[in-house]
Amino acid sequence: MENLIGLLVAAPLLGAALLLCGGRRLDGKGHYIGTVLAAASFVIGAVLFAEMLGRGEHDRALHSKVFSWIPVGGFRADVAFQLDQLSMTFVLLITGVGTLIHIYSIGYMEHDERRRRFFGYLNLFLAAMLLLVLADNYLLLYVGWEGVGLASYLLIGFWQHKPSAATAAKKAFIVNRVGDVGLSIAIMLMFTTFGTFTFAPVLTNVDHASEGKLTAIGLMLLLAACGKSAQVPLQSWLGDAMEGPTPVSALIHAATMVTAGVYLITRSGAIFNAAPDAQTAVVTVGAVTLLFGAIVGCAKDDIKKALAGSTMSQIGYMILAAGLGPIGYVFAIMHLVTHGFFKAGLFLGAGSVMHAMNDEVDMRKYGALRKYMPVTFVTFGLGYLAIIGFPGLSGFWSKDKIIEAAFAKGGTEGWILGGAALLGAAITAYYMTRVMLLTFFGEKRWVPDEAGQEPHPHESPSSMTIPMMVLAVGSVFAGGLFSLNDSFLKWLEPVTGHSHGDSPLSAAAVTGGTMVVLLIGVALAWMQYGRRPVPRTAPRGSLLTRAARRDLLQDDFNHVALVKPGQYLTRGLVYVDHKLVDGVVNGTAAGVGGLSGRLRKLQNGYARTYAVSMFGGTAVLIAATLLMRAV
Amino acid sequence: MSGTLAAAASTTSTGEALQFWVLGTVAVIGALCTILMHKAVHSALCLAGTMIVLAVFYLANGAYFLGVVQIVVYTGAIMMLFLFVVMLVGVTAADSLKETLKGQRWLAALCGLGFGILLCAGIGNASLTTWNGLGQANAGGNVEGLAALIFTKYVFAFEITGALLITAAVGAMVLTHRERTERARTQREQSEARVRTGRNVPPLPAPGVYARHNAVDIPGLLPDGTPSELTVNATLRGRGQIRDVSTDALAELAALEQRSQRWLGRKARDTGKKAEDTAEPEHGENGENGENGQNGENTAGANSRGAAK
Amino acid sequence: MNPVNYLYLAALLFTIGAAGVVIRRNAIVLFMCVELMLNACNLAFVTFSRLHGNLDGQIIAFFTMVVAAAEVVVGLAIIVSVFRSRHSASVDDASLMKL
Repeated sequence: MENLIGLLVAAPLLGAALLLCGGRRLDGKGHYIGTVLAAASFVIGAVLFAEMLGRGEHDRALHSKVFSWIPVGGFRADVAFQLDQLSMTFVLLITGVGTLIHIYSIGYMEHDERRRRFFGYLNLFLAAMLLLVLADNYLLLYVGWEGVGLASYLLIGFWQHKPSAATAAKKAFIVNRVGDVGLSIAIMLMFTTFGTFTFAPVLTNVDHASEGKLTAIGLMLLLAACGKSAQVPLQSWLGDAMEGPTPVSALIHAATMVTAGVYLITRSGAIFNAAPDAQTAVVTVGAVTLLFGAIVGCAKDDIKKALAGSTMSQIGYMILAAGLGPIGYVFAIMHLVTHGFFKAGLFLGAGSVMHAMNDEVDMRKYGALRKYMPVTFVTFGLGYLAIIGFPGLSGFWSKDKIIEAAFAKGGTEGWILGGAALLGAAITAYYMTRVMLLTFFGEKRWVPDEAGQEPHPHESPSSMTIPMMVLAVGSVFAGGLFSLNDSFLKWLEPVTGHSHGDSPLSAAAVTGGTMVVLLIGVALAWMQYGRRPVPRTAPRGSLLTRAARRDLLQDDFNHVALVKPGQYLTRGLVYVDHKLVDGVVNGTAAGVGGLSGRLRKLQNGYARTYAVSMFGGTAVLIAATLLMRAV
Repeated sequence: MSGTLAAAASTTSTGEALQFWVLGTVAVIGALCTILMHKAVHSALCLAGTMIVLAVFYLANGAYFLGVVQIVVYTGAIMMLFLFVVMLVGVTAADSLKETLKGQRWLAALCGLGFGILLCAGIGNASLTTWNGLGQANAGGNVEGLAALIFTKYVFAFEITGALLITAAVGAMVLTHRERTERARTQREQSEARVRTGRNVPPLPAPGVYARHNAVDIPGLLPDGTPSELTVNATLRGRGQIRDVSTDALAELAALEQRSQRWLGRKARDTGKKAEDTAEPEHGENGENGENGQNGENTAGANSRGAAK
Repeated sequence: MNPVNYLYLAALLFTIGAAGVVIRRNAIVLFMCVELMLNACNLAFVTFSRLHGNLDGQIIAFFTMVVAAAEVVVGLAIIVSVFRSRHSASVDDASLMKL
């Protein structure tokens, strides 16, 4: 069984290698190869899952060492996999959603002549992501971490002929790099503290390390998570990442890669549990981001960017939950999985809409699409209900638990976090309702595209609708299934641990409150967008709206706070380099050159002059000898 | 020389002292002449003189073998080799002693003075008042003593110097040897080739100006009075040792005019004493010319005499 | 008289020779000056031999003569071949080793 773990990673890796090295002769069937290998990975995952269920609760973790990677003295790093319940959850999510999105992409990318390459990148992403979640040590996790970053970069910039896509890819890569530095520092700190970076010894020996060091490691891990999961302050890349093809947005920037930060924090739970300051930082980041993303999502007219804001916000929930400690880990992962379903479904729905509307992304130019795209409408609608937390659907179960856990943190902190989570829920309801109303309700606001073609909305082909339906089913039932009998809690508890906080509010009160804010949010959105016609061009809006349209000035902030000083510093350094460093170097060279020019005159080529020098030198030697004797 | 026979002496015989001071002076004068003579031949001869003096000193110091070798090998062979090369390179070329390098003289003088003083200071510092002399070492004969040392203690050095000499001889041959790459043409072939090309069919014109100069380095004059280089041996042409005398006659005539003017002028100042007699001073002038021993001058004198007649 | 005087004479001759090397331009005279220096050395060796009462100094002088002979042979050959190509025996003419 252990050997199958390696195959999980190997299958998509083989696909990537085949598709990227295979050349044009695979153009016709490349997408099938990619999809089949992704599906194969999912089947292997399912087999391993079934096998894992068959074992006792405490010996479910599998371990498989493939080869010794860096054996240098006391420094040992192995390529070894660890498959426990947490990894299993991710494996199923990644391969499952991944396979569905592969299938979807067959239809979505049908007219793109670089489809083979696209599938190669997708497979590369799957392999890297699986490596990330299956690694048994931080160093191998880092390899996967960088691998998904690379795949993300390649896929955001897939339409590299568009300058905006190329820029967005670079932006994502560079911002991620800041986070990656955090991860590498964290790994180095781990090595100096524990002498190893394998999960098991690090996480069990946390007690032996000082709290200061653990806090440092925790903060560095948080920095890494912020980069990968688009959390404040490293959130700026996610909105621009929507330049990539929509399946990419669904798979990488909604369902899987951006949740790697949550995985990292959950996996390193033991470290955070022992470092309360780091945990505080985590919940702060989570709470700020969930509001930040939600506000941004309210103002965007670009359907994908609105969804991206939503993703940011939902991951904020997960980070918040993960920062709560043992009371939140399970719910963070549960929300992660349900979010994977409904957000991927929403993105695929958005892709389907764009596909029908000649790649128009402005929601103000949609309207009344429910009549033309019934399947998309229904699946999108189910995803919508799931994300706003409609009772009984997936989002309801997972988000409710997080809000409950936030209150259960206790004290003022609990009230603040719970309040933020509740407020977030209200805003989520508002902006998702807005998206729904603008897209599928109201009257037609279509405009001809640049080529003058009137859009003719139509339902997408079945290769696109079937994945959407499957994901919609997941959006509806996953949460309920997980909560039935607390099955998900029991499944993950051996890995992450779980404790019940003492909530000042009863579960029923929290649920009631959530329902109330949900209704308020929906009602507000309906009053604004449902009751009266929507203008095609966005009104000027309030100061907050305008700021939110500019992603709450995050790019401006980065520009003023980081780019400008960086440029000035660089210019200063260049000036110093030119004037001082080069001056010293050139001055020395000029001095030596000038001196040589003068000394060169001694070399006049006349043997007799040299003879005189020799003569004088001999005289000096004799004098020296005599002097030495005299002394 | 009696000093050398003493086992441990503190002074040499008076005879040797006298010899040293006299011959030492000669040696120093010879050395100075070596470096100060304009012509290389003179330098070589002065050096030979110094070497002979040194040979005497070797003998005085009990180095009988070396004294003889110094005369036979150094003075006899090496210095003659020098003379050969001097003759080969051109014995007429006198060196200018004018210094062309700026400051070279001063530096040389400074270094030489400093060097000499320091060397003498060193000797004075380490000088001995008593010495052993070679009486014992030379007891079995100087040559035998040297031979015993050369063929025992210094045998390897001796062998190596032998190899060095052979190498030097081969090296000298390699340096000066010029390979003949083709067979030398016979006289017949040369004349045939001349006829074939049509250039210089008769023998080359002879050097020298008819009735005035017949030296090989003086080119013959063409009908228009310009010198023809063809008449001079190619080797001399190559060395640039052609003497052009085409303008000599006129220049000498002019010089003669000047001299007679000067003499006449002097004569004019002495009018009161002597009657005019041109023949006598002219003879005296000619006599001076003859004493100068220069061929051209002599000829010029003859010319002027001819002109006067 | 002390035989050390021979050493003073040798020093004087050596210095004169060295000065000659420095001030003369004719390569042949230059060589003569080198010979003079070598002979001065030989005189010193012979005198040392006498002072020390053994023949080793004379042996060294003997070897010096041999080496000097070899040197003269090669040196003169060089002068001749330089003269052939440059038509000059002046050491100043061969001053190409400069900029």
